[in-house]
Amino acid sequence: MTPFEPGPDTAAWWQRLRAGELTVQHCCDCAAVQPYPRSGCAVCMSESLELRPASGKATVYSFTVVWRAPSADFAPDVPYVLALCELEEGPRLLTRLVGMPRAAVKVGMPVRLVRCEPVSNEVALPLFGA
Amino acid sequence: MSGAVIVGVGDTPVGRLAGQSAMMLQAAAARAALRDAGLLPADVDGVLAGTVRTEPRLMPSLALAEYLGIRPRFCTTDVMGGASSCQMVALAAMAVETGAAEMVLCVHGENRASGMSRDDAVAALAKIGHPELETPFGPTIPAYYALIAQRHMHERGTTRADLAAVAVTMREHAARHPGAYLRSPLTVEEVLASKPIAEPLHLFDCCPIADGAGAVVVTTAARAAQLGQSGVRLLGWGEAHGHEHMVAAQSLTESAAVQSGRRAYERAGLGPDDVDAAMLYDCFTIVVLLELEDLGLVARGDSGAFAARGGMRLGSDLPVNTHGGLLSHGQPGSAGGIFHLIEAVRQLRGTADGRQLDAARVILVHGNAGTMASHVTMLLGKADA
Repeated sequence: MTPFEPGPDTAAWWQRLRAGELTVQHCCDCAAVQPYPRSGCAVCMSESLELRPASGKATVYSFTVVWRAPSADFAPDVPYVLALCELEEGPRLLTRLVGMPRAAVKVGMPVRLVRCEPVSNEVALPLFGA
Repeated sequence: MSGAVIVGVGDTPVGRLAGQSAMMLQAAAARAALRDAGLLPADVDGVLAGTVRTEPRLMPSLALAEYLGIRPRFCTTDVMGGASSCQMVALAAMAVETGAAEMVLCVHGENRASGMSRDDAVAALAKIGHPELETPFGPTIPAYYALIAQRHMHERGTTRADLAAVAVTMREHAARHPGAYLRSPLTVEEVLASKPIAEPLHLFDCCPIADGAGAVVVTTAARAAQLGQSGVRLLGWGEAHGHEHMVAAQSLTESAAVQSGRRAYERAGLGPDDVDAAMLYDCFTIVVLLELEDLGLVARGDSGAFAARGGMRLGSDLPVNTHGGLLSHGQPGSAGGIFHLIEAVRQLRGTADGRQLDAARVILVHGNAGTMASHVTMLLGKADA
């Protein structure tokens, strides 16, 4: 997994993950949950938005076992399980499923945040598992 | 109903075409389309082109116009990935209907196979994901489509053999097209046994990166008549755009193609039952199944069985991609969609040679971009359709 420089609209979200906490961005005016952190609410356009702790509970919306890596950076990880996980709060995250056999992964199964993997001083990637 | 008609198509062969730049390929296709229409560069007043990854240019459509010797009054580059080919024709139709231009050349193609290493092409494509929320986890384009395939299997019972049947049918069709990239016979067993790329997708579920280009000339019915031809009519089109990044997709098994299709049918005053053949964007086998369902051509959940019983083959219920599609005719970057349009025109003109359909009057063409993100549906018809 590769590091990157977070943008100004997502830096706080990544900082919380670096401290081990998964959050979801809520609108303070209309309460809409944003699919991912942004500068204004995608429903009412309010610029009053807040990161609130997420439960860390999710279900596997879909998954794939990657055998052909996108670049040399990822080649040592092959094969790895990429999953689109739907958080209890609604948003979906692309993530890796770790600590479980590939054959045990099923669409619809419950998973949870198992660790936040640091890739830089600013960023830790949320990883899920059984 | 739209007043726009297609009066010229042209293409290069698709495959590994060493020694040709993207510009040369685009220009060769453009000249072929203009010759087909009986035009010279000076007759063209609109130029649209897709993007090119192998040759960085500030304004690709204008660079192409300059190279061809055209000084257009309408010119822009369409950056909608695989949907660009159809979208360019839609933009051209809007231009000729409003008088912004009268004779519009749409070109899409590049030397993606010869101009880039395979690793570079894979790495460049992988970067289309969200740079923070997706790319750091290691997705590839096949991985995004594998997520779609896995969900489709879960919801609709689709099998890997159903997907393989799509690849086999495409290969059978490509064998009848002299310009197609992959023409040797392929079996379901070979698809199933090919190496895994991103499960459940294996190598032959994925379209091959290739070199090649295609072009389409769009004008008004009146100008077509002056050229001594009736042209192929654009009966209607529709667009719908759902998301850019997969994390923001509403559904992986019901795409915005539902809306683009509905809009196209409404505009043409037609329905799915009127469609005699379909040219469906097929970067991966699963995409064909999803499009068949989303466009109302096959009932939800039936697409896998439809493919497995050969429903898409020439001479069957609904012939799909009679040129072999991206999966076998080939995919030059994001440009493969132009060949779906060209094939529809050739079928409606009756010039598809060894793969000519018997009585096709209405053909649906669909373009998809990103991760089932952006959709353009077009209905083309014979002059009297």
